[in-house]
Amino acid sequence: MGIDQKDPIIRIKNLVFRRGNRTILDKVNMDIPRGGIIAIMGPSGVGKTTILRLISGQLRPDSGSVEVNGQMVSGMSSRQLHNFRKDVGVLLQNGALFTDLTVFENVATPVREHARLPESLVRRLVMTKLHAVGLGGTEELMPHELSGGMARRVALARAVVMDPKIVLFDEPMTGLDPIAISTVSRLMRETNDALGLTSIVVTHNVVQMARLVDYCYIIAAGKIAGEGTPDELCASPNPAVDQFMNGKIEGPIPFHYDTGSESWNLLQ
Amino acid sequence: MTESINNSGVLAPLAQAGRLLVFLVRMLAGIRLSFSLLMSTLQQIYLVGARSLVIIMICGFFVGMVLALQAINALEQFGASDQVSLLVGKSLFRELGPVLTALLFAGRAGTAIAAEIGLMKATSQIDAMELMAIDPIQRIALPRFLAGVLSVPLLTAMFNALAILGAVVFSIGVMGLDAGIFWSKLQSGIYFDKDYLGGIYKSLVFGGLVSLIAVYFGYSAKPTGAGVGTATTNTVVLSSVLILVFDFIITSFLS
Amino acid sequence: MRPNYKVELASGVFLMLGIAALIWLATKATNYGQDIGDEAYFVTARFTNVAELKRRAPVKIGGVTVGLVESIKLDPVTFDAVVLLRIDQRFDEIPLDTSAAILTSGVLGDRYVGLEPGGDLDVLQDGDELFITQSAVVLEQLVSKFLFNTQGDSGKGEN
Repeated sequence: MGIDQKDPIIRIKNLVFRRGNRTILDKVNMDIPRGGIIAIMGPSGVGKTTILRLISGQLRPDSGSVEVNGQMVSGMSSRQLHNFRKDVGVLLQNGALFTDLTVFENVATPVREHARLPESLVRRLVMTKLHAVGLGGTEELMPHELSGGMARRVALARAVVMDPKIVLFDEPMTGLDPIAISTVSRLMRETNDALGLTSIVVTHNVVQMARLVDYCYIIAAGKIAGEGTPDELCASPNPAVDQFMNGKIEGPIPFHYDTGSESWNLLQ
Repeated sequence: MTESINNSGVLAPLAQAGRLLVFLVRMLAGIRLSFSLLMSTLQQIYLVGARSLVIIMICGFFVGMVLALQAINALEQFGASDQVSLLVGKSLFRELGPVLTALLFAGRAGTAIAAEIGLMKATSQIDAMELMAIDPIQRIALPRFLAGVLSVPLLTAMFNALAILGAVVFSIGVMGLDAGIFWSKLQSGIYFDKDYLGGIYKSLVFGGLVSLIAVYFGYSAKPTGAGVGTATTNTVVLSSVLILVFDFIITSFLS
Repeated sequence: MRPNYKVELASGVFLMLGIAALIWLATKATNYGQDIGDEAYFVTARFTNVAELKRRAPVKIGGVTVGLVESIKLDPVTFDAVVLLRIDQRFDEIPLDTSAAILTSGVLGDRYVGLEPGGDLDVLQDGDELFITQSAVVLEQLVSKFLFNTQGDSGKGEN
């Protein structure tokens, strides 16, 4: 269950990403350790999802590099990305199950896409993962017939069905009730350890993060405000980290929208 | 990024046309004939074609009746009521059949396609597909496009058939015109190549146009509720305009 | 995708209906099949005036269509209209001395070429010419001829 700090699975060097004339990520450096559950946290809109997309290759950095498991993602062609994504599982916000497919077909989609297996093997693969998340009998149901928590678990099964090396979670707990949150958290931990994955979770739920993850990065204003284990962060003297972890309104992370206008800034 | 088609500037329509063309190329360039493509297209033919059938047939029948009505009104003055079937047939096969069917299709099926794809975008399903290394354009957009191109000519044929039926019911049943004259004028006056085939070419072009516009706007919709609404509105507006523009272009080539 | 039986059936029915409609329209509502066959031969005829005769106008004998007008050209020397007629190969026993006239279909109808068979034992071959022709009757010319004649008569009568 330990994370391996010496062998980072993802190396992000001097990453710069701009949208329009806003710099979202400003020379960010991250060495994401292998083997555990890593959280990327920060205020809304700061660029957490952007980092996930840069890791998966959906976005290209303006400068800097993203290296995943020894492969340079930032410069890959479409075909290379296609192959690369076979080893990356994703669980997007709200699950993103395909609404026109059954639960079974949803979980089977990555299998059918990346491997030519006989139907019985596909069935075995899918049912194993469904059982692992506790949804053994649901394979013929449609996504709209599932509760939020169940849908999220199906999405988790789909994310890990190909036994990837990395799983990316984009705000996996949004909209779930407390029981579902605990269930999904526990499943994330179990699958992570059982399959030897590295899970990267984008979230801003500090409470649930503290219980679940091994290591955490806090992003604010385009840079890494702090990183460390949950305990280290709670005790951190860094004002931005402190403001975020304790949910304070006052602090370096601004309340007012920065319009750049002089007169309004006087109020701060 | 969605660009509203109400952009100002003369270059905006050109840019829009360019984007549509690029999308078409992306769809067609990656075609891999497979069983799953066939099945998806077939399913879309049902959702897009078969479900439009009722509205097409009803409208076709009434258009046929009103055409016959107007034609008889006009021709009676010259004592030429016998030419009803010819007038109805010519205007139907060449213009009204393809154009009206395409417009109805844009409203019923085009909006459905745009809304469905837009919704998939808004619920991150398209994103999820990309991240699973599945090409959403091949999996989602292409089957719907092909289904539209196939369905519209067939729907046009059924529109025409029902319209002729409507004309028959009105001119023979209601106005008492001679059935033999009706059919013989129709059969001798409607040219297979200029009228019938010309109409089919038009319906193929219109089908491709509406389907392309629908999948494009759905795919590039902003992932919000309002974005989906904009996508469906844009689909109907642009489809209608382009149908009529291309109608003129094709008609001038055929004549 | 789910290969749903109901969906497959419905789209199959739709396709069948569509194709049936296409075929029905083609056969019942157009002149398909009434077109002149591929096997045909060509004869020419010269007229001083063809009026509104068009390409693809029918060529009829006794009211039955035997061919189409293939082309209409102007002879630059004699200023005659040279009309090329395409006759279906099935009608290969048309006498050499057949005459051609440009007639009107009904009162308001289109112009067509009507052939009046002669009595010659020799028949038309590909490339032959019909020498006996009658040009189109143009309404204005008819009226002015009538007026001119009546003027002339009344003028003579007064003398």
